[in-house]
Amino acid sequence: MNAIRKIEAEQMRMDIPRLHSGDTVKVHLRIIEGEKERIQVFQGNVIRIRKGTANSTFTVRKISDGVGVERIFPMHSPFIERVEVVGEGKVRRSRLYYLRRLRGKAARVKIKNTWE
Amino acid sequence: MADTLGILGRKLGMTRVFGSDGTAIPVTVIAAGPCPVLQIKSDTTKDTYSALQIGFEQIPDRKVNKPERGHQAKAGKDFYRFLREIRLESVDGYELGQDLTVDMFTPGEKVKVTGTSKGKGTQGPMKRWGFSGLGASHGHEKKHRAPGGIGQCAYPSKVFKGKRMAGVMGGDRVTCINVEVVDVRPADNLILLRGQVPGPKNGLVMVRKQQ
Repeated sequence: MNAIRKIEAEQMRMDIPRLHSGDTVKVHLRIIEGEKERIQVFQGNVIRIRKGTANSTFTVRKISDGVGVERIFPMHSPFIERVEVVGEGKVRRSRLYYLRRLRGKAARVKIKNTWE
Repeated sequence: MADTLGILGRKLGMTRVFGSDGTAIPVTVIAAGPCPVLQIKSDTTKDTYSALQIGFEQIPDRKVNKPERGHQAKAGKDFYRFLREIRLESVDGYELGQDLTVDMFTPGEKVKVTGTSKGKGTQGPMKRWGFSGLGASHGHEKKHRAPGGIGQCAYPSKVFKGKRMAGVMGGDRVTCINVEVVDVRPADNLILLRGQVPGPKNGLVMVRKQQ
């Protein structure tokens, strides 16, 4: 297993901040269109973190024009330029699937009081 | 009969790596070689065919019995757990005791991988041969995964040999062709192959060149 650990350690990115469920994040994505490369930002709440070494992923949910959009990002993908934590959320579970059936004001995540 | 040059290894398991274009590639990691040439067979020896016998995985001498020790000592190397023969068109250029390493492969190359598939035990025709089985409802009683008919009537009044039925599945020698080499790491004796490879973790596999 050590050889596999070593390969995975090489693949991992150490510059990704530590994420928690409920956090509001901005994911800066590298989008390649033909030859041009540009950065697209996907902002939303982290609703799930799947742990694993190089295989770990996180899911970000946002409401776009009234429609819920979820994207699963491999944590260590080179397509991610950087991840910015905008705010920490106050949640009581690690998988926030309940947000899917909530609409409007109810579908917000409480913001953690960081000064406490 | 002649085959292509190859190397023995153990399947360590799977992971994923990110390719140069950023896409995730599923890979099987194989710890292969170095495999010393322990015997060279050719037209001039009494074997009358050309082949290399290679060894893999060193073992202490107390694990080798006397006849085996005598045979392996001829190459002047250590003792090895697995010995396999590779038949070649010509064995010119190979020396006794020469090490075959993962250097023979380059990333992007297609290879053949041979292993022993995982044993599945006794299985019915649905899992073993992909039969559809019988109906789940509409009055089917106690027969949902049965094979159905297995032949005709008065003629031929027998079931043909080789008829696909339930039985022991897995544990067969399986060769996968056109497996892409993603990366080669000579420092650690590792090969990374795209996708799956037959056999369980720690299973013995042979990786061979395609031509």
